[in-house]
Parts: sequence; structure tokens; C-alpha cells
Amino acid sequence: MNTTILLFLLQDGITNGAIYALLGLALVLVFAVTRVILIPQGEFVTYGALTYASLAAGRMPGTAKLAVVIGLVAFAFDLYAMRKTLHAPKIARAFALHVAFPVVVLLASMWAADQRMPAGVSLVLSLLIVASIGLSLYRIVFQPLAHTSVLVLLIASVGVHLALQGLGLLFFGAEGQRGPTLLTASATLGSLRFTGQGMAVYGITVAFIIGLWLFFGLTLYGKALRATAVNRLGARLVGIRTTLSGQIAFLLASTIGALSGILIVPITTLYYDTGFLIGLKGFIAAIIGGLISYPLTAVAAIVVGIVEAFSSFYASNFKEVIVFTLLIPVLLLRSLAAPAVEEEKD
Amino acid sequence: MSTLLEVTDAHVSYGKVEAVRSVSLTVAENEIVTIIGANGAGKTTLLSAIMGVFPLKGRVAFLGEDLARYEIEDRVARGLCLVPEHRELFATMNVEDNLQLGAFRMSKAHAARGFEHVYTLFPKLKERRKQLAGTLSGGEQQMLAMGRALMGSPKMLMLDEPSLGLAPIIVAGIFEIVAKLREEGVSVLLVEQNAKAALQVADRAYVMELGEFVLSGKASEIATDQRVAASYLGFADAAAS
Repeated sequence: MNTTILLFLLQDGITNGAIYALLGLALVLVFAVTRVILIPQGEFVTYGALTYASLAAGRMPGTAKLAVVIGLVAFAFDLYAMRKTLHAPKIARAFALHVAFPVVVLLASMWAADQRMPAGVSLVLSLLIVASIGLSLYRIVFQPLAHTSVLVLLIASVGVHLALQGLGLLFFGAEGQRGPTLLTASATLGSLRFTGQGMAVYGITVAFIIGLWLFFGLTLYGKALRATAVNRLGARLVGIRTTLSGQIAFLLASTIGALSGILIVPITTLYYDTGFLIGLKGFIAAIIGGLISYPLTAVAAIVVGIVEAFSSFYASNFKEVIVFTLLIPVLLLRSLAAPAVEEEKD
Repeated sequence: MSTLLEVTDAHVSYGKVEAVRSVSLTVAENEIVTIIGANGAGKTTLLSAIMGVFPLKGRVAFLGEDLARYEIEDRVARGLCLVPEHRELFATMNVEDNLQLGAFRMSKAHAARGFEHVYTLFPKLKERRKQLAGTLSGGEQQMLAMGRALMGSPKMLMLDEPSLGLAPIIVAGIFEIVAKLREEGVSVLLVEQNAKAALQVADRAYVMELGEFVLSGKASEIATDQRVAASYLGFADAAAS
């Protein structure tokens, strides 16, 4: 193997790894705050990518309508829960979150689909559509189950994954799609060629990670989210609603998922079910991080990306097998290092 | 003095076991009330249920308003605050962040005043403000738990075993703070196994045994009651003579 190939594979691996890092961080965040293992993360990737590709091609994505429909269901859930205490500001908040927000986004995307807007507008609209779906899903599926065990939440999570994947086939068809690149410029450094899209992946990933770090370290809501993850009862006793933390976690996770999808859809063709596999690779990184450590997850994601790049070069048939096999030694080590812990009871 | 907290005929069950049976109590404004009793009498269960952590059968009213339909977070917003037995701090966050989150529902200006107030009451916390809560000593953790609760400007503070596992000199300090809080207009409902210290600081007391109140009255009278002396104060002979 010569250095050029080595560098090329490393570059490819780091690009993929950056995406897995984003997804892995979102999984760790959602698990820490809500105890949900977010299998549908991959669908957020697909929805983000294909919504972006559709909008850019001037087609109206079905996801925008889905956001309105499940938003209405979520609002109905909220109204039912509030039936004893009809409190105007709370109703207004639920209406704004679950009805007004997706409807405005739907109207904006109908308008944008006709106009052939620049890629940036499609990107923002796609993020908003998927964020709105994520928020309403939390309200409908996970908030009513918040007090149940991790296993029940996992089963619900698998159910949501299957439902969203089916809807994805309905909305986008079985054909693969590609989206326009965000940056067309490119530069060469030695034998390596840096495409604009590759730079956008690095830049946006790093900016997002720094943004998350600032959010958790400096803002009151970020700290409240960490507090819920560290001690749920303690957080409730100072008046932080578990629901609020869950909403923020799902909002972040769905946005991160959609963003990852938008970043890769100009590089690879995405199908309605591709997101699942991509999400699983983020999941491997999250598992290596023990579903608790953010830095370890980010590093593990880069390793997963690099291993994937090398195995697709040397043994492309076994690419996925090799990547998922990474889990076995990690799980073995973890089970040897840590004593069996009983599931948290609360 | 008007009534702040009124609990009427409260029952709390864990599955089939009834841990609290038909308990009624009141706490007035500017009053320190203590519930004393042996380990396992149901004191902690009662406090947690008043806060909304467990479901409670019966009526709990705060400032005349029935709390049944309110979750923990809504009860906090109404000025009822619990410092739980296990303190439930945010162990991996520093002292300052823990306190800041105590004022989660308050304005920035309010939080700033809260910091000043808490750091005056507990100067130790100011020294340790950048240290992680999980690395504090037991006494400092108790101070932080109380400080965090005070950041939300509660009208009433419920303290669950604040002296648990602490050295006597630190316990004395904590009880001094409890007395000081009353002067500032905060009522306190104090659950304690350390009956002697609790009865010294409290106005009124309830004695709890196996999930029921068996005795209630002025703290000074309870302190001299022979049954209480024999069971909880450990100086039966002294009280008899």
C-alpha cells in the first residue's frame, strides 16, 4: 500500500467518522436524558437527506405533511392530558410547538419547492421539518412511557423505527436520491483533494460539536439537561420538568440526524432505508462510549469511520461485518471490567 | 399565624404495604415542625409523598390549595421544597451550577440575590464553588442540598434527615441555619432520627411509629414526655427523676 492510498482512506474514514460522531453524540444525549435507545435516529438521517434532496429538486416532500399530522396528534395528546387544568399559556405553548410550527414550515416548503431556492434554504427547511417530527414523536410515543423500563422504551423505539421506515418508502419511493452539494469549491493539498462538500462536513460537524459543548457548559437549559441526565429526581425537585428535558433532547437528536443526512446525501446515494445502517454505526460508537461518555463516543466514531474505509478497500464484501465485529471485543472488555448493574428502578 | 401546609388523613402504600396510615398534620407560617421516630416509621415516605414523589391518598393542601393535581415541579413552583434524605445533588456538576439550577424557575436577578443569600448562610460553599458536588464532604453536600433548595425561594422547606451521617459539630451548624431560616420567614418541616436536636429547634413535634402519629404537641412538652424520652432520647432515667 502506498502513502497516497493510505492518506486517501484516512481522509474518507475521517469524513464518515465525523458523521458517526454527530449521530453517536445524539444517541448518548437521548439515552442519558430519557433512557431511550434511539433506533429511529437512522430515519431522522434518511428523512433529513431525502427531504433536502426533494426540496432541492423542486418536489414537495411528504415529510412536511407528516410533521403536521403527527403534530396535530401530539397536540390532541397535550389537550387530553391538560383536560383537568385548562391553562391558557400551556395550551398556547403546545399549540405553537405542535401545530403552528409544522404548519408554518409546511407552507414555507410548499412555497420553496416552487421557487427552486438555493441549497441553504432547503437545508434549513429540512432541518425544521425533521425537528418538528422528532418533537411530536417524543410527545406521542416516549413521554407517556417515561416512567417505564429501558426495555419497554427500546421496544417502542424499534416500533417507531419500523413505522418511520415504512412511511419513508411511501414518501420517497424505492429509488435512491442525491442532493446538491453545499460547497462546490475544492482544493488540493499534496496528493489529497479536498472537495467543498468534504470541508462542509468537517466544518459543520466541528461547529456543531463546539456549539453543543457551549450549550451544555454555559446555558441554563443545557445545564438543566445535564442535571436531568445526572439525577432525574434531583432535577424534578428544583422544578426542571422531565418532559422539557426530553423535548430538548429529541429536538437536538432529530436535528443532528437530519443534518448528518443532509451532509452525506451529496456524497452518496441514499435510499429510504439507508439511514438505519448509518445510524447503527453511530450506535457502535455510542456503545464503545458506554452510552455515557461524549469524548469517548466521538473518538470511537472516528475509529469506526477509519475501519470502515480500510475494510471497504481491502474486503469490501465484508465491510459491514468488520465494522460491526468491532463491538464484540468492546462488549467483552466492558463486561469483564464492569460488575453487573441492575437496571435503574424509577 | 395562618396555616401553610395541611395534610388530612394521608395514606401512602408501597404495593400492598401501607407505609403511612391516616396521618394528619399542619404547619403554620413561620413555624418549625418536626416529625421524629425510629428508622422505618414512614417519615421519609410521608415527606416524599407530600412532595408528590409517591402517590398519596388523602388531602394535601398548601396555602389553602389542594395539591392533588400538581406534579412535583408544580409544587416546587408554589413554594414547597424538599431536601431529600439522599440529597439528590448533580454530582458531576460544580457547586455553582448546582445552585444555579436551584433557581431554574427564577429570573436572573433573583438567582443573583439567591447566590448572595446562600453564600452568606454557607460561606464554605463559596470557597468550594468550582468543585464538583460529588467530591464534597457529607456536611458540605448537605449544605449544598439546602442551599440549592433555598435558591428557589421556598415558602416552606422540608428537610429529610439533614443530620444523617454528619459529625455533631456540623449537625449543630445545620440546626442553627434551620432556626435562622424561620427568622427569614421560611417554615420548616423537619424529619429527624436525632430527636434531641430536632426537639430543641422545633416549635411543635409529631412522633411517628409504624406509619402512624402516636403523639403530638409542643416540642418542649414532647421532649419531657416519658415515653418519648425512653424510646428516642435515650435518657429514660434522667427524665423519670
